[in-house]
Amino acid sequence: MKKFTAILLGAAMLAGCTGKTDNTPEPTEDFTKSEGVMTYAEYADAALDTEVTIEAYVQAHQSWWDDKITVYAQDPDGAYFLYNMTCTEEDAAKLVEGQKIKVTGFKSEWAGEIEIVDATFEIEEGSWIAEPVDATELWGTVDMITRQNQKVLFKDLTVEDYGDGNAFAYKNAEEKTDDLYFKVTSGDTTYEFIVEFYLTGADTDVYKAVEGLKVGDKIDVEGFLYWYEGPNLHTTKVTVK
Amino acid sequence: MRKKLLCLCTAVLLLCGCHGSRGLDAFAVPEAFDDARQYEITFWAKNDTNKTQTAIYTQAIKDFQALYPNITVTMRLYTDYGRIYNDVITNIATNTTPNVCITYPDHIATYMTGTNVVVPLDELFEDPGYGLGGTLLNYDGPGKDEIIPQFLQECRIGEHYYAIPFMRSTEAVYINKDFVEQLGYQVPDVLTWDWMYEVAEKATAKDGNGDYLINGQKVMIPIIYKSTDNMMIQMLKQLDAGYSDEEGTIAVFNDTTKELLYTIAEHARSGAFSTFKISSYPANFLNAGQCIFAIDSTAGATWMGTDAPLLDISPDKLVRFETVVRMVPQFHPDQPKMISQGPSLCIFNKSDPQEVLAAWLFAQYLITNEVQIAYAETEGYVPVTAKAQNTEEYQAYLAAEGMDNNEHYAIKILASRLLLEHPQYTFTTPVFNGSASLRDAAGQMIENVTKSVRRKQTIDEAYMEQMFQEVNALYRLDQHGASRTDPQDLGPLPAGSKALLGTLAAVWALILVYLALQKMKHRT
Repeated sequence: MKKFTAILLGAAMLAGCTGKTDNTPEPTEDFTKSEGVMTYAEYADAALDTEVTIEAYVQAHQSWWDDKITVYAQDPDGAYFLYNMTCTEEDAAKLVEGQKIKVTGFKSEWAGEIEIVDATFEIEEGSWIAEPVDATELWGTVDMITRQNQKVLFKDLTVEDYGDGNAFAYKNAEEKTDDLYFKVTSGDTTYEFIVEFYLTGADTDVYKAVEGLKVGDKIDVEGFLYWYEGPNLHTTKVTVK
Repeated sequence: MRKKLLCLCTAVLLLCGCHGSRGLDAFAVPEAFDDARQYEITFWAKNDTNKTQTAIYTQAIKDFQALYPNITVTMRLYTDYGRIYNDVITNIATNTTPNVCITYPDHIATYMTGTNVVVPLDELFEDPGYGLGGTLLNYDGPGKDEIIPQFLQECRIGEHYYAIPFMRSTEAVYINKDFVEQLGYQVPDVLTWDWMYEVAEKATAKDGNGDYLINGQKVMIPIIYKSTDNMMIQMLKQLDAGYSDEEGTIAVFNDTTKELLYTIAEHARSGAFSTFKISSYPANFLNAGQCIFAIDSTAGATWMGTDAPLLDISPDKLVRFETVVRMVPQFHPDQPKMISQGPSLCIFNKSDPQEVLAAWLFAQYLITNEVQIAYAETEGYVPVTAKAQNTEEYQAYLAAEGMDNNEHYAIKILASRLLLEHPQYTFTTPVFNGSASLRDAAGQMIENVTKSVRRKQTIDEAYMEQMFQEVNALYRLDQHGASRTDPQDLGPLPAGSKALLGTLAAVWALILVYLALQKMKHRT
């Protein structure tokens, strides 16, 4: 039995080590776009303030509120930030990780973030979960933006002093009912990242991990590459080395 | 039978629960504060993610508790007013409102739709012992006549005061003076809308590469307005056009509004105008040399300008320029009108009048000089009392304008002066149940036309009419109209209600009979 467990563990570790770090499609999922739906390239080329229709797979979403929901969606070619999409509470429950959706809205830009606003969606058949893409080599380069909104991974970052010797800051320190901010450096470039409370609240591992950071810690981070006047990762995982 | 009766009892209780209780008794000021008892009061506040503001609240609570050792204040902080509003609404239903809450009069009007939920403050104001400047206070509080009259008036809803002002601000135009002069203009003391639009249009000129001539960049939005609800409200007020009245009659859907929207659409189409919701924070564009007229609250002054102590853009994007501050643009510059805004404090009713009195003592403490001056200096806020404004300490703070780029940041103090020196130009909008929705609707129309022209949609009479209808429906303004906040005589009960009450009485009678029978059975 022990032997069997060891083999299983070994296999699992091997799978972990050789796990995909790109977005090679699952062989079972057909990524062909439906009639009238843009490819990611067409979406990327579309002018701001034009109507767009895309198909993508839900990777995560922020908490539903007041018949609106903000969704992080992706297909194998790129990612989409679906801001405050019209959504009933009943439909919000269907937006599980991997769920395929068709979205129609307007392409927009807010503080550098390219997003789809005033959108509606419908559920479609299909499921796909993206693996985080290692974007470490893009750190500090203008090409970082090519990964905007995607599920990404950055390795070997150093936690900076956020102020007064603290490694992070609460948006609302007293109640802990809001975002966390922290700064990380690689080479000469420092970015401010965020733990978005409505995506990963105070009871999540990532929130607690950031609360436990110390200045100078070496970390790997994962998250969605949101943009606010520059890269502003919505962090979903922090690993202290 | 027993099961059926239990179900019936449950149903009755549920019915009672659904329709709410009678509410609390109206608050009456106790003759004396019972300081032999211990009180625990809650204070819901908002900070602008500004640690100094939080520290000031914390210090105020500590100092107050030293003065009143029998009162413990627990603070709950929020980072936006909307969340406070939602939480209060939720807690009204369960009688778990805070004791003291930072809020806006528009919100209070909604809280007041419950029975005796919010404490009217008139009697407390006038109480010789515990009232404003009262003789039995353990601190030196301001008298009623020391509160700036315009600010106090904003806290009057219908026939009563339901709040005391905490901080006040207005809106300002933060201007890149260098760009204005580069375009061949001088910044006047009072801007007009026409002048600002003219300069802005000139700034939209591009070279052959698509770069703006004014800044050599790909991005230039000459006018960015942060709060479009304020924009519409102020424009209508300046033109003496309809918005709403004290009775809650909605008048915003009028021809003047249409004309204003057509003009806004024209400047949105040329790229001269945008909004915070559509583009992002005005301060970021201003500081990056991508905006000329950034219109925002005076409470946001610490983000404005090259030397601003708070910056959200990277240093490589920051450009150097001279910032000047002016009041919002006017249609009639000889009769300026600008909005007065800012948080107030309201007190929620409780079954124990002594607890309410304890809350009042704390709320009043927040308008003492120490708290007022300290908080006002964190941003372009203004103390709400002449007592605080006239202190040597506050005057010295103002006089130190520009001495440093933190506490005495020039733009922040100039923004404060806009309101300090012109309270006579300020106004507020009527408050009624629904006025918060009306405010949102006013801004939504500007957002809609701006978005629509960017999306190449046609803005014409049909568009306007349809938008008026949609906005009216979205914000349920037709359901709010003419709703007053004062208690009204609703006339005799409808027949259906009478029948329901009769049924309830009958059910209770049955329960009592059943219980009596059970008791008799038990005895035998």
